[in-house]
Amino acid sequence: MEDLKKYLTGKVLMYEADTLPPETVKVLSQIRREKTDRPVIYLSSGTSSKIAGSEKTYSAVSTYITENESKAELVMVGCTGPANFEPMLAVQLPGKNKLFFRNITEEKVEPLLNGVFHNDINKDDLIGQHGSTGFELWSGIPFMEELPFFAHQKRVILGNCGCYDPESIDEYIARGGYRAFIKAIRHYTYEEVCDIIEKSGLRGRSGGGYPTGLKWKQALNTASSSRYVVCNAKESDPGAFTDRLMLESDPHRVVEGIAIASYAIGASNAIVFFRRGSEHARNRLQKAIDSARDYGILGHNIFSSGYKLDIVIRKEPGAFVCGEETALISNLEGKRGMPKLKPPYPTSSGLFGKPTVINNVETLMNVPVIMQNGPEWYRTLGTAESPGTKIFAVAGKGRLSGVIEIEMGTSFRTILEDIADGIRDGKKLKGIQIGGSSGSFITPENLDLTVDFEAMKEQDLGMGAGGFVIIDEDTCIVDLVRYYMEFMRNESCGKCIPCREGTGRMLEILQSVIRKPSDDDSGTTLERFKGVMQLETIASVMKDTSLCGLGQTAPNPFLSALKNFREEFEEHIFDRKCRANVCRGLRTFSIDVDKCTGCTVCASKCPVNAIYGTRLQPFFIVEEKCIGCGICYDICKFSAITVK
Amino acid sequence: MIPLLQEIQDQYGYLSEEIIVKVGNFTGLSTTKIYGLATFYDQFRFVPAGKIVLKICNGTSCFLNGSQSVISRIREETGLTPGQTSRDGVYSYEIVTCMGGCTNGPLLTVNGKYYTHVNPEQIPELLKKLRYIIESD
Amino acid sequence: MLFTIQVNNKKIRAEKGETILSALNRNGIIIPTLCRMKDFTPTGACRMCVVEVEGRDRLVTACSQPVEEWMKIKTHSPRVITARKTNVELLLSNHPDDCLYCDKNNNCELQRLAEELNIRERRIRAKKIKPRLDQSSPAIVRELSKCIVCGRCVRVCEEIITATSIDFINRGSRIHVGPAMDRDFNFSSCINCGQCVLVCPTAALHEKHNISEVQEYLNNPDFMKVIQYSPVVPAGVAEELGLKYSRDFDRVLNSVLRKIGFEKVFTTGTGTDLFISEIAGQLIEKIDSGSDSPLYISACPAWIKFAEQSLTEILPAISTVKCPQQITGALIKTLVADQAGLKPEKIFSVSATPCTAMKFEARRDGMMRKGISDIDSVLTVRELGRVIRLYGIDVSNTDSEQADPPMEGYSSSAALSEISGGLAEAVIKSLFSVRYKKEPDKQYIKKLRTGGSFRETSIRTDDKEITVAVVDGLTGLEKLKASADAGKKYDLVEVMVCPGGCINGAGMPFRNQKDDRKNLIRMIYQADENSAIDLPERSPVMINLNGKLIKENSEIADKKIFHTHYVKRNVLL
Repeated sequence: MEDLKKYLTGKVLMYEADTLPPETVKVLSQIRREKTDRPVIYLSSGTSSKIAGSEKTYSAVSTYITENESKAELVMVGCTGPANFEPMLAVQLPGKNKLFFRNITEEKVEPLLNGVFHNDINKDDLIGQHGSTGFELWSGIPFMEELPFFAHQKRVILGNCGCYDPESIDEYIARGGYRAFIKAIRHYTYEEVCDIIEKSGLRGRSGGGYPTGLKWKQALNTASSSRYVVCNAKESDPGAFTDRLMLESDPHRVVEGIAIASYAIGASNAIVFFRRGSEHARNRLQKAIDSARDYGILGHNIFSSGYKLDIVIRKEPGAFVCGEETALISNLEGKRGMPKLKPPYPTSSGLFGKPTVINNVETLMNVPVIMQNGPEWYRTLGTAESPGTKIFAVAGKGRLSGVIEIEMGTSFRTILEDIADGIRDGKKLKGIQIGGSSGSFITPENLDLTVDFEAMKEQDLGMGAGGFVIIDEDTCIVDLVRYYMEFMRNESCGKCIPCREGTGRMLEILQSVIRKPSDDDSGTTLERFKGVMQLETIASVMKDTSLCGLGQTAPNPFLSALKNFREEFEEHIFDRKCRANVCRGLRTFSIDVDKCTGCTVCASKCPVNAIYGTRLQPFFIVEEKCIGCGICYDICKFSAITVK
Repeated sequence: MIPLLQEIQDQYGYLSEEIIVKVGNFTGLSTTKIYGLATFYDQFRFVPAGKIVLKICNGTSCFLNGSQSVISRIREETGLTPGQTSRDGVYSYEIVTCMGGCTNGPLLTVNGKYYTHVNPEQIPELLKKLRYIIESD
Repeated sequence: MLFTIQVNNKKIRAEKGETILSALNRNGIIIPTLCRMKDFTPTGACRMCVVEVEGRDRLVTACSQPVEEWMKIKTHSPRVITARKTNVELLLSNHPDDCLYCDKNNNCELQRLAEELNIRERRIRAKKIKPRLDQSSPAIVRELSKCIVCGRCVRVCEEIITATSIDFINRGSRIHVGPAMDRDFNFSSCINCGQCVLVCPTAALHEKHNISEVQEYLNNPDFMKVIQYSPVVPAGVAEELGLKYSRDFDRVLNSVLRKIGFEKVFTTGTGTDLFISEIAGQLIEKIDSGSDSPLYISACPAWIKFAEQSLTEILPAISTVKCPQQITGALIKTLVADQAGLKPEKIFSVSATPCTAMKFEARRDGMMRKGISDIDSVLTVRELGRVIRLYGIDVSNTDSEQADPPMEGYSSSAALSEISGGLAEAVIKSLFSVRYKKEPDKQYIKKLRTGGSFRETSIRTDDKEITVAVVDGLTGLEKLKASADAGKKYDLVEVMVCPGGCINGAGMPFRNQKDDRKNLIRMIYQADENSAIDLPERSPVMINLNGKLIKENSEIADKKIFHTHYVKRNVLL
């Protein structure tokens, strides 16, 4: 191991020219397992894999290997992206393309491996084959890259995810990692690095889209004795899991991105502000930082360049608002995470009053790629205003979910229909919610809108951090908006009036809209109407006057939903109906007298005793008592109960 | 200050009044400020957690798959609100956002173990089973 | 560097580096503010001062945004007015509809805003949670339901008072202001100084009211009703009633108080004179003994509580002389009781002060004998103003009268003692007069008057130098400590919590932020210059009291009654 470390640091990282000599290339290719003399089994090992049972799969595979005295090597790799396929297992027989399999839970291990080692591939769980030139192809097996899920993606940042052991710095270096950083600190000035990033047109990926190079330059140009880089790995938006996947699967690239950013602004301290819940990801990142330190990539006088840098991880103690720049800084300073007034901006006066650059994980992942391939290359991807790629966390009612990376300029339709493979269970699309709790809706009519900062801004849509939730006819928009508003209300810091009171009032009004109508006397009906009329005013004032991004974007789901799904709102408010049959207060059930056999099961399960009848005679549901819980509907063996 | 409180929370499970006063004496910061700081964040508890801590995912995917009914069932069965501990010190629960098992929702985790595709009907059994495990230890 | 900006289509001059709000105010354009405090950096919490700036997406807060040359600002466009109005409506939606019964009725910033913005219907409703009413402290009441979370009190307590007894707790809609562990005030490290009450825009923080208690006793013929008031109270009452103050008003106040129903009216200033001379005596003793530690002197109960909580090591060095209110109170329940032939429990003794901490002081251990308090009730100047209005006294048509003997007058030093630095000055002058029979060098004494939160001077006497320090507001304590750590020794240290002294106490009338009572202070200094009775020993009232009355009364002749003790307090710091 020590020799490998010396080799990699000496012969690879320190190598001056861009192209490495053939002997080195050969060694690296071996580290990457391109030429192996024994089978290799790759098992995905992220949080989503764990939840799907990958730990049991791991023991099953290890047991198989020992029991069968196999020479196979078992490598834990990061998650590739598609969540439906977890746990993913790949087998690479010497000289042949890798074969990827999906949903390999522990009981499937033995028959699968037996099959593969005897050339009998089980097609049920097979995803496809994948490899590079020089490998023997499998006949009759589709290529992974040609599957619609992967074909429409442009995996630039996610390129390493699922391909190497995230805990191995050697494999990362073998894939070209850290060369860009070492080159930068030894041959470029701070300004030159900022220039490269500025030329590439990289824009912040946390939703704002602020030009990254410009932000770095602002911090660099503020005179100060020290500066800080903070990597915002907080990702607390409900439904966001992209940063976590990237940190679990390719933590070294994040470290490299932070390192290059720190060099660019002349910072010698970087802090990763980490989400509390993601233990696994944090451990991986800590290991990556430790090994980078061990290899001399972090520390004092890195590779004799004179530059010093260290990265620490700070766990966030649990507040969504700390994702906002100034609140994050308050937290790191040991105070309540309340946002501060801007100006002054963090790039001039941030952490402890020093210039601070705060970047999102995705933004930083782009940095090594740009440094390695050059800004002109980066500009060839994406659109003129928004070069590069964007990562989305596709979730919801699509057939496929997971983390995807598409080139800017791709249409939403492509993502929905080609990558996510349309809506499952034959349902109808209602819309796509992007940007999470501060985002907006895209309707079926607008699916040809492209992913691009400017194009979306024209339509009054924010890019968001990458949330992409597919909703179908069975999703109630009003309930979804209420859910997001509840989240924002709980997370509001309470400092400024519009957000603190506004989120509370809007939530109460939305809750009153989905409540049961029979509690209404004329007083509350009138209040409900009054309340609803205020929703729009409160929402626009919140947008206009809130102190920080949380309050400014909290009304977005509501305003966007109102614009695009107005009838659904009006149905809830005036007709007291929920067309998706989700709002319990607005639905009642009735029994079809022709189908009911009088088995009494529903009546005994009804929590409020709203079902009456005599045995073997059709039963009857009292509407006023019904709370709409749906237990009877679920339990009726004769499908005699329908929603009204 | 925050990492210090986090370590204390990790070791003792909660921040008692005594500990906050001690931290105040040690750092020279007023107890008021430390308490104000700690109450801002979700991580810090001021009463000990239960022996069984349920964490229910309320991320968007799980929400669309029905996590809210799981949460209401847990609320009904335990009689607690998130963050409270039951009288006998056995149960407490928290609502968290997106644990990453989006295709396997609704998701809940108990002391490190994951339960996928949870529906409200399973809750009473699960609570009983967990109590049995704790009590037989 | 000046340049022009456009505001409401008019050109005004603005200075580079200043905020929009400052530029507007200088040009007479007023926009509403709520969380703003003079001399504090803006926090941006209330969003009331938003204005429309051309080219900016959102509305911008004028209190924090620096002016730029290109700016075109609209301060009252329809969009801005809707924003301000909705924000106030949002505040009101969570605010009790209690104006008629509220302590700040007619004096409330929120009420004024609602009126200014023409809010005439309850458009937004909310489920109002009933947060608690904390009446545990004898001096300050917390009504959390009325709090608008502007943060002024937290900042004042932390940055000016340094006690940091209150902070925000929780976040979002559950945010509220409270002491450590969210306990009640009487468990907290609150020192009752009441500066938070002065800055609170609503009635979320207000002083404990003793008016009903006083009224009850005023109606009760079985008691002798007695009141004392401190030297600055008449000026405060005049301010509260909207009258111009002159020295004659003091005697008018005596008559007013009698009209209300008080049988005897005394001046606390007499007690202050006794206070000064006792302290001077202690100082002489200390100097003679050659002791190194300073003598801490103060009439400030908030300071005493602060020291008992967090500076217990200096407790032995604090002068044990009771504060003037309590000295006068003790005299009332002994001397005056004897003179009137009454038992002390038959006297209802009220004290009017500019201070809220005095309410706490009256209940301290050591301020009662045989279960009877020396002072039964304390009224702030604001409360006294209310009582005067309640009883319908026509102040402008009232004659002047003398206060009642034996406590009917005081030296100008007593008046001086209510300004920061004045007590130290008075003690030094008194010491010089008694021991050295001359006046100290004016030039050095005057150094104690102004110059920040920590002032010091040394006065030469024949055989030594007396070093004096004045701590004006607890932020000066740090500087005192730094100086003492560096080796400087002080003989006398005066400490006051309210910046500027009792004259800026929390019981004084609310004033808008521009007013700083400079005129009143000047008047007091002037009076001291010109007065013949400038020291306690020159006051005939004191000569009578000290020389005859106290000596003749066996209960108080040993003067132990004028001293108290201090103990360590266990509170959550």
